[in-house]
Amino acid sequence: MINKIFGGSYQILRAMGVTLKYLFKKPVTNQFPDEPVLVYPRFRGRHVLKRHDNGLEKCIGCALCAAACPTQCIRVEAAENTEENRRSPGERYADVYEINMLRCIFCGYCAEACPTGAIVLEHDFALAEYDRWDAIYTQDRLLEPHEPKYIQIRDDEVFVPQESWRVTK
Amino acid sequence: MDWIQSLLIPVVYSVILVVMLLTGFAYLSLVERKLVARFTMRFGPNRAGPFGLLQPVADALKMMFKEELLPTHADKWVYLLAPMLAISTAIIGWAVFPLTSHGLSLLGYTIPPILADVNVGLLYVAAVTSIGSYAVVLAGWASDNKYSLLGALRASAQLVSYELPMGLTLVAVILVTGTMSMTKIIQFQVDHAWLIVLQPIAFIIFFVTGLAESNRSPFDLPETENELVSGFMTEYGGIRFASFAMGEYIHVITFSALTAILFLGGWSGPGADSVPFLGLLYFFIKTAVMIFTVIWVRASVPRVRYDQLMRFCWKFLMPLALLNLVVTAIVIAL
Repeated sequence: MINKIFGGSYQILRAMGVTLKYLFKKPVTNQFPDEPVLVYPRFRGRHVLKRHDNGLEKCIGCALCAAACPTQCIRVEAAENTEENRRSPGERYADVYEINMLRCIFCGYCAEACPTGAIVLEHDFALAEYDRWDAIYTQDRLLEPHEPKYIQIRDDEVFVPQESWRVTK
Repeated sequence: MDWIQSLLIPVVYSVILVVMLLTGFAYLSLVERKLVARFTMRFGPNRAGPFGLLQPVADALKMMFKEELLPTHADKWVYLLAPMLAISTAIIGWAVFPLTSHGLSLLGYTIPPILADVNVGLLYVAAVTSIGSYAVVLAGWASDNKYSLLGALRASAQLVSYELPMGLTLVAVILVTGTMSMTKIIQFQVDHAWLIVLQPIAFIIFFVTGLAESNRSPFDLPETENELVSGFMTEYGGIRFASFAMGEYIHVITFSALTAILFLGGWSGPGADSVPFLGLLYFFIKTAVMIFTVIWVRASVPRVRYDQLMRFCWKFLMPLALLNLVVTAIVIAL
């Protein structure tokens, strides 16, 4: 009984000591969007359609990404390149390229399936829209280079050091 | 011009006190959110105004402009009365709290350090603060909702149970000081020693029961979100819901101030005898320390289970308070 009383009181005091210690620690909160968010290089976020260095689109309209997509959120319609209107180096280019971001699960299968590396999942995660139709991303939005200011890509893709895995005391 | 001394000054005094307590509530809610956030390594509200200082204003505006809903089968007058009861009972205890050592003379009139220096101040506080439990019970009964009713039942059982050990510690305080007047209790502590030194067990019991009385964590069972939605407040919304929060926070302030007066010597401190302002300052600091401790406990200790709550009160606090009382009585008698 006595042991229980003093043991219990000691435990409560110890708990309060722990919280008091945390009161003086720096908050871990990231003040998004005032502060940039650190993301790892392999973070899968918003898609971007890439271009070649000469300005031609990498996408050849093969629709393998649409075939690989588990939620069928990608729609591709290809058209033939002509001499006057050349948009990609191959025979065909994507005339329509739409991704429904409301359905996308960011699995990255489209990027894996792509034979030319045209579609890449980059790091933007702030994809809220005021109009739900705006969530269907069209080709012209996807083709633009997209580097939002509030995202910082960290250069250290590291594992958590093993020390902190161990339970402290 | 006697009416100024006997009527105007008390009225202005009480209005100032009430306004102070209401703003105190608003900023206590901010301070609590900030502190609990820092305890868990977050920032807390910091978007409205510098350091989130306008957050209470935003909260109040939001609450005021919400639609007032009345449940179909609610007992209307009781339903409306309960939130008012919750605030008013928490506020009126302040009538007998001495804020500083002695009054301030101004243009021939004296501003008293205490609104009503009654000789049964302690009894008065114990009485009015326990009316607060009626607010909880009536709110739960009037809203015609099973969660509200269950919350109210829990609350009534809890508040009535914890009243007993609290009352016994107050008896121990009265035994030691030999008076029920707040001013004389403080005077005793100035002459001898703070009661936290003379009555440490009473202080601990008083603190724990005070947490339970003001429905604070870890004894906030009447409003357990996970079992009872939010207990007796389930059917309330808008400004009436805010009234309950207000009642709870002012209860915390009142309880902290009472602890400061009874166990930490109220306004006493170096230089407080001659300078009334210093006494006020000391009193506020002591109250603030107690409020901080209440928030600190909330951030540290998980909520107890209902049977644990009852067992803790009846099988531990109650015998301990009785033992403390008996030992005190014997020591006083010798």
